[in-house]
Amino acid sequence: MSDLKSGSNLEKVLKAGHFAFTGECGPPKGANVEHLKEKFAYLKGNVDAVNVTDNQTAVVRMASWAASTLMVQEGLEPNFQMVCRDRNRLAMMSDILGVYAMGVRNMLCLSGDHQRFGNHPQAKNVHDLDSMQLIALAKKMRDEGKFLNEEDIDVPPKLFIGAASNPFADPFEFRVHRLAKKINAGADFVQTQCIYNMDKFREFMKIAVDMGLHERCFILAGVTPMKSVGMAQYMAKMVPGMDVPESLIQRLRGAGKGQVAEEGIKFAIEQIEEFKGMKGIAGVHLMAIEWEQRVPEIAERAKVLPRPKV
Amino acid sequence: MRLSYPSNVKIIQLPCTGRVDILHLLKAIEDGADGVYVAGCLEGECHFLSGNLKAKKRVQYVKKTLEEIGLEPDRVEMFNLSAGEGPRFAEIAREMVERIKKLGPSPVKIKKAA
Amino acid sequence: MIVADRKPLDEILEMIKDYSKIMIVGCKGCVTVCNVGGSKEVGILASTLKIARNKEGRPLEIEEKTLERQCDPEYVDQLKDVLDSYDAIISMACGVGPQFLSERYPQKRFLPAVNTTFFGGAVQHGTWVERCAGCGTCVIHYFDGMCPIARCSKSLLNGPCGGSAGGKCEISKDVDCIWDMIVRKKMEQGRLDELLEFRPAKDWITARDGGPRKSVREELVQ
Repeated sequence: MSDLKSGSNLEKVLKAGHFAFTGECGPPKGANVEHLKEKFAYLKGNVDAVNVTDNQTAVVRMASWAASTLMVQEGLEPNFQMVCRDRNRLAMMSDILGVYAMGVRNMLCLSGDHQRFGNHPQAKNVHDLDSMQLIALAKKMRDEGKFLNEEDIDVPPKLFIGAASNPFADPFEFRVHRLAKKINAGADFVQTQCIYNMDKFREFMKIAVDMGLHERCFILAGVTPMKSVGMAQYMAKMVPGMDVPESLIQRLRGAGKGQVAEEGIKFAIEQIEEFKGMKGIAGVHLMAIEWEQRVPEIAERAKVLPRPKV
Repeated sequence: MRLSYPSNVKIIQLPCTGRVDILHLLKAIEDGADGVYVAGCLEGECHFLSGNLKAKKRVQYVKKTLEEIGLEPDRVEMFNLSAGEGPRFAEIAREMVERIKKLGPSPVKIKKAA
Repeated sequence: MIVADRKPLDEILEMIKDYSKIMIVGCKGCVTVCNVGGSKEVGILASTLKIARNKEGRPLEIEEKTLERQCDPEYVDQLKDVLDSYDAIISMACGVGPQFLSERYPQKRFLPAVNTTFFGGAVQHGTWVERCAGCGTCVIHYFDGMCPIARCSKSLLNGPCGGSAGGKCEISKDVDCIWDMIVRKKMEQGRLDELLEFRPAKDWITARDGGPRKSVREELVQ
């Protein structure tokens, strides 16, 4: 794990043994570059890399490759997300070459939420490849220098390959195996779905560590601070694969009017503290979606600043 | 029992309402009947176990169809009573006739005559 | 078999609004089995359309006929001397039927009365579910007899995705997650290690993605 595959900042931070801290930024529902740059400003210097989502929840937004490229130009490091829902293998390989040419060095391979959830449910479903096959494809392009059809790539894209892991989806017993499968396919790092059920997550990590997965792949724990009781209830009921314990909802309720967001941040910071010492965890992925302005404060209070220079 | 019921009700006897087909009900309306109803045994007391439940579903299907083509679904109905309930039989007949009188003659019939 | 659902009545009435003499042709194949286009359903549709048109004061003459199948020329030929007097012909067969009829009788107008949906089977009387997507390269043996191409909303070959919860697909509580079922079966049968094998990208060329398909039995072609 010492040779650099992509030379990205995230890769260097992780391989140097630092506790990584990544953020997330959703592109705008338009070509609103100004708004995007405002969001970047909150994240710059406070995180090692920033995930750029790809038509998240199947709602059309500025392309992930475009926002990633703008991010590079602004001096931040993107973690370019690509979903399998919207593009076939030709477009995927084409986009991978494109983003690499524009300076992107990290990629996250995802299935993508079904378009029935989104704002264009009438769309045709692509899913030419699944996320596992996309991970393998990115690895093939990087390490073998070949397209999926075995033809040579003239300048291979050297990306640091990431995947998502959801310890809370079903069937629970299979989740660690699926993580293992993604690592076997080529995932260099993994970001988990946001965690609220710490007991269940500790159980998951124990199995992952027993299997030695943390030695082959950097595992980053997902954290999303709860802004309100409504948000907690919504996520508990309406988001598939999300596990929000009743105890957390009670805790937020008990915080009192106007204090719920602060309580949510407190919980997130407690989590980050525990993750710093948890075996197998190489860092934290903070998803403060549409709340980027709180990232500097959270980073400060979580004592992850300053970010290491590698 | 020799109870009277309205003379504009034509009765078709069947061994079980399970024998009623969707087409029987539609054809009645097609041929100009102002209303059609199915009188079956009380639920749970069908001699053939579930014939009346099948009839109920078919009546619901016909109601839905009529609604889709702009006809009043209340022109078709399902009633349940026991074979011994003579007065209830007459009551149902009167009830249905009253309902149809309020709805007026079937629009299918009026136009056919035109 | 092929499963279809009847088109809404207002759509069918709109299709035939300019006609006064039509024929409805049913099929004794798949559409009879799924109770949408057999001789019984032809009768029901005929009566329904007549009621609707009588109500408008524009009566409709309808001839009812049901063929053995509408996907074989020898049966389609049986309509030869019968079609001339009709303004249009409604076919209650699957999407294949009205096309075969159209090809054989190019001067006549054929209208589909059903929306053909999927290849499936009956799970109880009156309920049919999708089982096969016609991908052209069957791989159900890798998944203990279940097809993720047809039954996974994302056609994953290395599932389940992170949206699988409580055995249900993220798109709806009414849709079972086939990957949940595959994983559980593999675990129960002691074959979990088979699921750790990476399933490579599918070759979609044999599916509809590769273009319209043809199936030939050389030993039978004259």
